[in-house]
Amino acid sequence: MMSTEQSDVFRQEARDLLDSLEQALLDLEQKPDDYDLVDTAFRALHTIKGSGAMFGFDQVASFAHAFEAAFDRVRKKQAAPSRDLIAVALVAKDYIHTLIETPEKADAAAGDEVLVALRQIVEAGAQAKPTAAPASSPSAALLPPLEMLAPAPAPAGQTFRVRFRLQPESLTMGANPLLMLDELRSLGSATVTALTDKVPLLGELKAEHCHLGWEVLLTTAQPREAIEDVFMFLRDDMELEIAPASETSAPIEEASPIQAAPSEPKAQPAPAETAPPPAPKAKTPAHDDKHAAQADKKKPAADNTSSLRVPAERLNELMDRVGELVIAQSRLNQIAGASSDPSLKLVAEDLARLASGLRDTTMGIRMVPIGSLFGRFRRLVHDLSRELGKGVEFETTGEETELDKTVVEKLADPLVHIIRNSIDHGLESGAERLAAGKAEGGTVRLSAIHSGAEVAIAIKDDGKGLDPVRIRAKAEEAGLIAPDEKLTDAQLYQLIFRPGFSTAREVTSISGRGVGMDVVKRTIDSLRGSIDIASKVGDGTTVTLRLPLTLAIIEGMLVRVGASRYSIPLSAVEECVELPASVDAASSGRNFLNIRGGLVPFLRLRELFGVKSAPEPYQKVVIVSAGEQRVGLVVDQIIGNNQTVIKSLSKLHAKLQTFSGATILGDGTVALILDVVHLVNFGQAYEQRLRSEIVGRAA
Amino acid sequence: MSAKTVLSIDDSPSVRQMVRMTLSMAGYQVIEAGDGKEGFEKASTNQINAVVTDLNMPVMNGLEFIRTFRAHPSSKGVPIILLTTESDDELKRQAKEAGAIAWLVKPFKQEQLLAVIKKVAGA
Repeated sequence: MMSTEQSDVFRQEARDLLDSLEQALLDLEQKPDDYDLVDTAFRALHTIKGSGAMFGFDQVASFAHAFEAAFDRVRKKQAAPSRDLIAVALVAKDYIHTLIETPEKADAAAGDEVLVALRQIVEAGAQAKPTAAPASSPSAALLPPLEMLAPAPAPAGQTFRVRFRLQPESLTMGANPLLMLDELRSLGSATVTALTDKVPLLGELKAEHCHLGWEVLLTTAQPREAIEDVFMFLRDDMELEIAPASETSAPIEEASPIQAAPSEPKAQPAPAETAPPPAPKAKTPAHDDKHAAQADKKKPAADNTSSLRVPAERLNELMDRVGELVIAQSRLNQIAGASSDPSLKLVAEDLARLASGLRDTTMGIRMVPIGSLFGRFRRLVHDLSRELGKGVEFETTGEETELDKTVVEKLADPLVHIIRNSIDHGLESGAERLAAGKAEGGTVRLSAIHSGAEVAIAIKDDGKGLDPVRIRAKAEEAGLIAPDEKLTDAQLYQLIFRPGFSTAREVTSISGRGVGMDVVKRTIDSLRGSIDIASKVGDGTTVTLRLPLTLAIIEGMLVRVGASRYSIPLSAVEECVELPASVDAASSGRNFLNIRGGLVPFLRLRELFGVKSAPEPYQKVVIVSAGEQRVGLVVDQIIGNNQTVIKSLSKLHAKLQTFSGATILGDGTVALILDVVHLVNFGQAYEQRLRSEIVGRAA
Repeated sequence: MSAKTVLSIDDSPSVRQMVRMTLSMAGYQVIEAGDGKEGFEKASTNQINAVVTDLNMPVMNGLEFIRTFRAHPSSKGVPIILLTTESDDELKRQAKEAGAIAWLVKPFKQEQLLAVIKKVAGA
């Protein structure tokens, strides 16, 4: 029952865990001494193993177990987290990913190879590590064979010393130590000793209380987790100590206090090579295991109270409903506006406030930090850097910047392309960089920042920069531009987004097939975003993506031109002014407005849309901006703010550049949404043409 | 040893049915109740070996049931297993304080339920 649902939950969880595993591994490569990272990686593996087994992903569980076993050596400082180890560990992580997502594609032989490689590296690392105690013979420093690495069952098994003590009152709650002892016995051969040191004198003895503790010497082929599972429900409330028992271990000290206080500060586990057999009070790796598991439990618990996983389609549905509510609300607003009933107006106002609050909250639900996306690229950079033999420093900022989930998901591929291009084409080889007086390793910076209703994501490299001459030559060769066409550098750079354009001299396996950048452009366009490129030869290139925060609902300004109404995204509106009669009269030739000393070109939407009727006496100008540039849009009437639920235009109209979509107004009519970026570019081009004409006339 | 009796308290008949089927196939006797109040009545008048209770129920919720039952002498030594959802950590903590001893996260599989019952109540 419910198995698909359950395995979906596990898949989602595993995805997150694999992400954090990958992050930890990559961080570890930078900071090999940071054992917190080792712990993080280990915990992720541990949890994947545990829940994998629970949800029937047996292959995942056994692979993760072997992986974990190898990694455990690193955690116990018996092997160093070398670059090679991390490289193999990343491959192993990918294999788990395959096992979970597309098990039919998983190649068991490849998986075994990865494990063998992992094991070899770990054992070689252990041998190479000079920390082996001088007292112990060299062979003692060698690791015992990793159990479970081979598919064969573990050999003879291991002996654990398990000490536990229940809370005195727990018997009345139904805890039954006999069942626990039975369960321990079922794991292997067990010798049970009762610890009677806490039994009070007869007068103080409470018959219902549990005064005994137990120590069990358990020899089992099962992993330590199987023992921990015996106590799974009581672990937080009991004293429990599980440690590997060594043959030479001291006899049981009945009276010795049992340490299991979880608040005990974390101590470094002693390297096993030098550690004496663990005394009962000694901090043993078993403790760390427990701590790790507890921390593991606590972290998601804290998250759980404040977050909830919801299927994306439910959110989409909610968003749709809110969109419809917003439309209905604006209809009510219109009716209320036309009515003279004050109580109706009051209700309409209340509802308007609630609806806009609901809209903001709903959109907030869909917002996710972009950091999750950035994390993925670290792996990409790591792999590319190895493959191309270029040292690459990857820096990210603004991970907390939030964007609509849909946008974030669609951004992944474009960003991959851009980052690949930066590293493959942008960054020079180490030798070239040194010759140019730069540091040998290049830097790629990925940043995200909020600006208004947009998020700007910039990918900046310090490579050789785009070469306008070569781009030009290439574009002419490809027939994209005429040889005498005058283009600014910015316009030239935009050419690389044209289909069939590639300046890479040789096609590499990583980028440069001439497909990609045009796909990038298309994706960003479909997200209503824009791409800018800034580049300086020798200094590097910055590609900036600007994206709207959300795709579904925007705050718009409703205007009327002729008989039709249009919506302008409010985020782009800077101000509204009246078109002075004097400027209006000089109908053509001087389409500039003087806005506080600055000249702003304006477009008459009446002309643009071919409205035949006579213009109204007082025309209004809406000043809109995109990036640094501004343009005025002349309209007949400014109606006011309006919640614009964006509906895409049909395929038939998809090529229309002036409009980015349509929305349904309160009265059921349709208003087209103006594409501000396009209009601004159009206006600027218009301005430049006029300027050159004026200059021409003056000359 | 005679069959152990498990009290299943849940307002959802389908969950109760699943609990009953799973446990009776494994040789347990199952008593059912649709809310905490009914649960307490049956718990205090029958000889039971374990309770499996939902948290969110009408009339008397699971938490109140645990507190009420634990205040009654017949609850001594009877383990209470909680059916909870992933997001219920705070509730889980409260339930543990009130006297629940084990929990099972919904949705769960039949074998998981059986494993937990065996762990806390014995076969």
